[in-house]
Order: sequence, then C-alpha cells, then structure tokens
Amino acid sequence: MPKLHQKLERNSIGFTLLILCVASIGGLIEIAPLFTIENTIEKVEGMRPYTPLEQAGRDIYVREGCYACHSQMIRTLRSDIERYGHFSLAAESMYDHPFQWGSKRTGPDLARIGGKYSDTWHVAHLKAPRKVVPGSIMPGYGFLAQQDLKIEHLSDRLKALSRTGVPYSQKQIQDAKTDAQNQADSEAENEDELIEKYGEKLNIRDFDGNPDRLTEMDALVAYLQMLGTLVDPKKTLKRKDC
Amino acid sequence: MNEVVEEFFSLLGLIIMLVIGVLILSSTNEMAYVIHGWLLVLGTCWGGLFIMTHLIEKKQSDKSEYNDEIIKWGIWATFLWGIVGFFFGDLLAWQLAYPSLNGDMSWLNFGRIRPVHTTAVMFGFAGNALMATSFYVVQRTSRARLAGDISPWIIFGGYNLFVLLAVSGYPLGITQSREYAEPEWYADILLLFVWVGYFTIYMRTLARRQEPHIYVANWYYLAFIIVIAMLHIVNNLAVPVSLSLPTSYSLFSGVQDAMTQWWYGHNGAGFLLTAGFLGMLYYFLPKSIERPIYSYRMSIVSFWGITFLYMWVGSHHLHYTALPDWVQFLGMTMSIILLVPSWGSVFNGILTLNGAWDKVRTDPAIRFMLVAILFYGLTTFEGSFMAIRSVNSLSHYTDWTVGHVHAGALGWVAFLTFGTMYKLVPWVWKREGMYSLQLEAWHFWLALLGTLIYVGAMWNSGITQSLMWQTYDANGNFLYSFIDTVDAMHPFFVARAIGGLLYLLGAAIGAYNIFMTVRGPLQTEIPLSQRPIFN
Ligand code: HEC
Ligand code: HEM
Ligand code: HEM
Repeated sequence: MPKLHQKLERNSIGFTLLILCVASIGGLIEIAPLFTIENTIEKVEGMRPYTPLEQAGRDIYVREGCYACHSQMIRTLRSDIERYGHFSLAAESMYDHPFQWGSKRTGPDLARIGGKYSDTWHVAHLKAPRKVVPGSIMPGYGFLAQQDLKIEHLSDRLKALSRTGVPYSQKQIQDAKTDAQNQADSEAENEDELIEKYGEKLNIRDFDGNPDRLTEMDALVAYLQMLGTLVDPKKTLKRKDC
Repeated sequence: MNEVVEEFFSLLGLIIMLVIGVLILSSTNEMAYVIHGWLLVLGTCWGGLFIMTHLIEKKQSDKSEYNDEIIKWGIWATFLWGIVGFFFGDLLAWQLAYPSLNGDMSWLNFGRIRPVHTTAVMFGFAGNALMATSFYVVQRTSRARLAGDISPWIIFGGYNLFVLLAVSGYPLGITQSREYAEPEWYADILLLFVWVGYFTIYMRTLARRQEPHIYVANWYYLAFIIVIAMLHIVNNLAVPVSLSLPTSYSLFSGVQDAMTQWWYGHNGAGFLLTAGFLGMLYYFLPKSIERPIYSYRMSIVSFWGITFLYMWVGSHHLHYTALPDWVQFLGMTMSIILLVPSWGSVFNGILTLNGAWDKVRTDPAIRFMLVAILFYGLTTFEGSFMAIRSVNSLSHYTDWTVGHVHAGALGWVAFLTFGTMYKLVPWVWKREGMYSLQLEAWHFWLALLGTLIYVGAMWNSGITQSLMWQTYDANGNFLYSFIDTVDAMHPFFVARAIGGLLYLLGAAIGAYNIFMTVRGPLQTEIPLSQRPIFN
C-alpha cells in the first residue's frame, strides 16, 4: 500500500483526479437517486405554485433572513407534531426554490403557521414583536409596512421560476402584476379569475390593514397565511408514520 | 510562454467580470445592486491597471526568491476579516440577549447580518488564512517560487472582492439564503474564476517542484481546492430573474434542494474548515517544533478516509425530515465511521508533539496548536455523536449545534490559525520572533476562556431548550409554551456574548502584536540555498 501511494505522490495530476473520483461518490449515490426515485415526493392533492403575491412575500422572507431563526420543517417526532401539527411532507415544499427548511429554531416552526393567527395579529407582531409577545427576541419589521411592494418584476420572477420547473402557465406569468394587486384587494372584481388560476385555497383580501397601498407587509403576511394550508396530510398515503 | 497564457487568462477573467459589472450598472436602479455593479467595475479596472503596469515595466521577478509578498497581504486580510467577523458575531450574540439592539432597522437586524458573520469568518478569515498558508507551504515543500507573477495577485484581489460583495450585499437584502452560499450569481461567477486560477497556480507550482514527492500538507490543500470547486458549482446552480435584479431562484427545489445544500454545507465544514486546516497542521506543527510527522501511514489513511467519507454525511442535517429515510441512515452511518480518520489525525498530531512538551509550556504558539488539536478531537467526537438520529432529535434546531460549530470554529479553526500566524509572521517578514511573547500568552488565555464560556453556555442552552420543548405534564400537555423556552435562554445568551467579547479582544491583541512585529527590526538575511526546507 505505502509503495503504491508513494508512486501516486509523484504525480500531481493523478492525485487530483483520484481526489475528484473519491469525493464524487457520496454525492452521486445520495443525491442523484432523489431525482429519479418515484416515492421521494409523495403524490398529494392540493399543491399549487405560489401566487405572485405569495411568491413576493416569500422573497421578502428570504431577503430578511427569517430562516435564520425559523424552521419550516416539522419532523416526525411526537413533540414536533403535537406542537406544530402534522409532520411536513416532501410534496409541500416541491415548489420551493430555494427550500426554507432552516437549521435553527430560535423562534417556532412556521411550516403550518397559515390561519393560526389573524392578519392583524401578524402585522402587529411583525411591527413590534415584544408588544404582542412579551419576552420575544424577534427583531421588529415595521419598515415593511412603509415600503411599497415592487410589482414590476413579478412576471420576470414567475418566468424564472417556470424555467426551474414550476408549472406556471403563460397567462399566469403575463398577469402576475395585476394578480398580485387583485389578491391584496378585497374589493377587486376579478376574484373568480384568480380562483380559476390558483384554485379554491386562496386568501383574497387586504392583509396589512392599509387598503390604500400594496406594501411589502401585504406580501409577507399573504405568504405566512398560506403556509401549510394547501395539503391535507392526513388524506395522503402515510409514508412514514410514527 | 506560460506567463503569456497566464496574463491572457487573467485579463479574460477581468474582462468578463467587467462586462457583467457594466451590464448590471446599465440595467438597474436598485441601490444595493448599483453598489455591486460599481464594485465589480472598479475592482476589475484596478486589476487591469495592475496587469498593464506590470507589462509595461516588464518587472522580472527574481526566480530564485520565494514570493512572500502575497503571503503578507494574505495575513493582513486574515486578521482584518477576522476582526470584522468576530465583531459581527458578538453583535449577533448581544442582539439575541437584548433584542432592542436590532434597532428595528432593516440593515441591522439579526436575520440580515447573521450571514455577514458567517461569511466574514468562513470565507474572509478562514479562507484568506488557507490561501496565504497554502502559498507558503506549496513553495517551501516544492522548493520553488510560486507560479505566475500576476495571477496570484488577481486571485487574491478577486477573492477578497468576492467576500466584500458578499458581506456588503446581505445588509442591503441581497442573498440566496443558502447557508454559507448566500452570495448571488454574479459573485458566484467571480468566485468560480478565482478558484480555477487558484487551482491552476497551485498545480503549476507543484509541477516546478524540486522534490519528487508531494508533501502531505499539499494533499489536504489540494483536496480543499478541488472539492470546494465541485461543491460551489453544483450548489449554486440557479436561474437569475433578470439582469436588473440581484435575485435568482435555485435550480432544485424542496427535498432535492435541501440535500444538495447540506451536501455543500457540511463539506464547507469538511473541506474548508477541516481538510484545509489539516493541511496547515501537517506543515506548521512539525515545522514549528522541528520534529517529523509521527506516522506517514496514518496520514494516508486519514487523508483518503476524510476525502471519501465527508461527502456522504450531509444528510445528518436532515434527520426526521421529509428526506427519504435511507439517505438519513446512510448519512448517520458514514458520520460515525468518519470519527476513525478524524481521530487518526488527532493522534498523529499529538504523537508528533510528544517529546516537545517543553515547547508547549514556553511557546504560546505551540500551545495554540495543541489546543486546536484537542478541540478538533472534541468537535469531531461531538459531531459523530450528534449525527446519531436519536441524539440529533435533541440537538437539532437548538444551540447545541451552535456550540458544536463554535467548538470547531473558535477552538480548532481559529486557534490553529493564530498559532500558525505567530510562527509565520516572523518567517515571512524575516524577524527574529514575535514582538511580544507576553501578548501572545494573553491572547491565548483570553481566547481559551472565551471559547470555553461560549461552548459551555451553548451546550447548556441547547440541551435545556430541547428538553423544555419535549416536557409534558401529567395530562400529556406541554409544560412550557415556546416563549417560556425563549426566556430560559437569556442568561446563556448573555454569557455567550461575554465569551465572544473576550475572544474578540484576544484577536485584537493578536493583530496589534503582529503589527508591532512587522514594524520591528529585520533579522539577518539567510540565502535561499541555505534555508532549511522541510519534507
Ligand atoms: C432573532 C430571531 C428571529 C428572526 C430573525 C425572526 N423571528 Fe419570528 N420569532 C422569533 C421568536 C423568538 C418568536 C417567538 C416569540 C414571538 O412570538 O414573538 C418568533 C415568532 C414568530 C411568529 C409567531 C409564531 C407562532 O407560532 O406563534 C411568526 C409568524 C414569526 N415569528 C415570523 C417571522 C418572520 C416572517 C420573520 C422574518 C421577517 C421572522 N419571524 C424573523 C424569532 C425570530
Ligand atoms: C467572537 C467570536 C464569535 C462569536 C461571538 C460568534 C457568534 C455567533 C452567533 C451569535 C451566531 C448565531 C447563532 C444563532 O443563530 O443562534 C453564530 C453563528 C455562526 N458562526 Fe459564529 N461567532 C464567533 C466566531 C466564529 C468563527 C471564528 C467562526 C468560523 C470560523 C464562526 C462560524 C459560525 C457559523 C458557521 C455560524 C452558523 C451556525 C449554524 O448555522 O448553526 N463563528 N456565531
Ligand atoms: C467527524 C466530524 C464531524 C461530524 C460527524 C459532524 C456532525 C455534525 C452534525 C450532526 C451537525 C448538526 C446538524 C443538525 O442537526 O443540523 C453538525 C453541524 C455543524 N458542524 Fe459538524 N461535525 C463534524 C465536524 C465538524 C468540524 C471539524 C467543524 C468545523 C468547524 C464542523 C462544523 C459544523 C457546522 C458549521 C455545523 C452547522 C451547520 C448549520 O446548521 O448551519 N463540524 N455537524
């Protein structure tokens, strides 16, 4: 063995190639099959791509680094399930580019936060967490309610997502801007059209308590309020119940 | 001939980055993005000027001399980013203890500046330390001057431009949210060019070597360079939204994305924070105590063990999640086996030191190195333990992970860097020794105390919080609401912040000591041919 290795040590190119081969094996065996094995992602009812407004909210969630303190992955452990709800299914993050499972729970898991609180609660909490939950260590995000949501690029965003494989239709991409405005407007007349595009499970209303403006707060709350509401996991084939 | 090719490729890289910078400037009006456009344009123009003056002056470097100038710059960069990174780390720590320090301002809140800390320490501090020491080691062990007169500078400059783009982007809201791979696509392209250049000069220097064998330290540096390139490319595959937005969407989604990210993430720890630093250890420890590595065989087994096994263990970040079980179990198994080659290096290091224990007492730099080895042993043992599913059900999502990270980061990575720097600085600046051994010793004790406080506090808070999350009363209801478990963290957060402050103070003393050493008198010159070369 050492003899053979001494030969290798004389050859920098050979050494490099061997490192490359040896280091590739793990990834090839663990990652590549995830794209091909059928049951990596279970078949579920109800999953749909994010609406433009929700996606904009998701982008804000990423921008602000909420994932640094919040997970979106309920594990198959009893204490996780009883605190946060049914364990997360792979299918529930199938349109998440990038995934937001997180690695630290400085704050609670948010995978099923949708519908748990009212919009007003979220807005008040995001603006001043310690006024709503004394002792909270979450930063305040009042500035989101001051900033208008930038909607001019929403079509580009949906288009980029469709390139990664999210099944947005041509029409959904084209109408992204108006769809976002309509979803945050309870008076909007095109409710049916929105529902036709994105399905029944859709929150259409003003989210930030300020109907005159479409703010970043609208988008973020719209996103939070839909998290975990699309799929009924109990109806899904139980893959790994505990 | 080679030099012409080198100048050509350096220029080509610069021009491509310049074009990207100009395109960004011409298509956007977002403040943060405009700043980045300008950084790219100014950075590349400065690089272009550097090449021009070099070509015009036709400065011929003395081929019989080592290129140590670049290493000096690398040492300054290491300490600069180190202080920045430690400062932001400690700021984060105080923010968790006293959340009003977030100021409710967008650019100062915890979520946005956490990656400033991780990038500044991992890429700024650890990355520059690795680059500088690898340039030193490859020249000394090959008995040859570093290849290229221009490209090392372009690579060093480009690398630090990458770190600057990264850390200036997060507070302004530019991020991909992938831990340790947060910078956006244009910065990723820059890093890719830099890395290809880094690999090329490393190989070209090795090709010039006067020694038939490639020394062990170089194996580790090579593995670090090659694997980081592979990880970087795969994990950053993304579709940009448009040229006018600093945003992109990852090519993969959900489960596959999570697995790819943690395959990357753990090997960021495995190859940047581990393999690269083992390379540092395998040169600077034996060299400093003037004793050979204890066992050559053990080095071979450890090296290939680590190179093979690390790439399997990423899935231990995803226990009990929606990732298929077989991948979780595979990751757990490999993580446990990984302890064998990891401790191989620990024993090799300690047995190399055996017989030079007097130096541990008298030389703080050696003491830094010894403690680094011990913390490496501790962190890898802890890591393999935490990778066991049932243990991970307790540690995951909690401060226990943060404690593990910093046992490795503070105790291993940074301790080894400090020990090495205290040896390296007098060598490259040709000084008799460091300015003050006393200050070195102060640094050592402050850093050790800071680390112990930090890690101790995090073990306590992690396990406390996890147990509180899982405690039920007699009726089967949770005994603690989530906010109760947050309240319980406060004393530990304060302790950690104090520990971090001590650590930062130590590093500042170290930087001062190095500054004074550089200002101090020269050593009497020894000609190259008589310099001892270690192999
Ligand atoms: C410093 C870490 C931190 C950051 C960053 C953070 N949070 Fe929180 N979050 C917490 C903590 C701690 C709690 C629990 C106390 C509370 O309810 O305020 C919490 C609670 C919440 C809750 C209520 C959850 C529940 O089930 O009661 C929501 C919703 C929330 N955060 C959303 C967000 C969003 C959206 C962001 C990003 C804009 C964010 N958080 C950023 C720490 C953080
Ligand atoms: C003064 C010294 C330091 C202090 C006070 C400090 C503090 C912190 C804090 C407060 C966090 C956030 C933890 C959380 O989210 O709960 C953190 C995260 C992190 N730090 Fe440090 N840090 C220091 C040095 C370092 C060094 C030297 C390194 C690496 C070489 C490092 C690497 C990291 C990493 C990788 C994370 C992310 C951990 C995770 O995601 O689990 N830190 N640090
Ligand atoms: C045998 C070697 C090691 C093993 C098996 C190991 C294992 C682990 C495990 C199980 C986790 C927790 C994952 C989770 O629950 O989320 C973890 C996290 C981490 N480890 Fe290690 N570890 C090892 C060595 C090291 C070393 C030497 C370092 C260097 C500093 C390091 C850096 C990290 C980092 C940065 C994280 C945090 C990732 C994150 O969540 O952001 N590890 N490791």
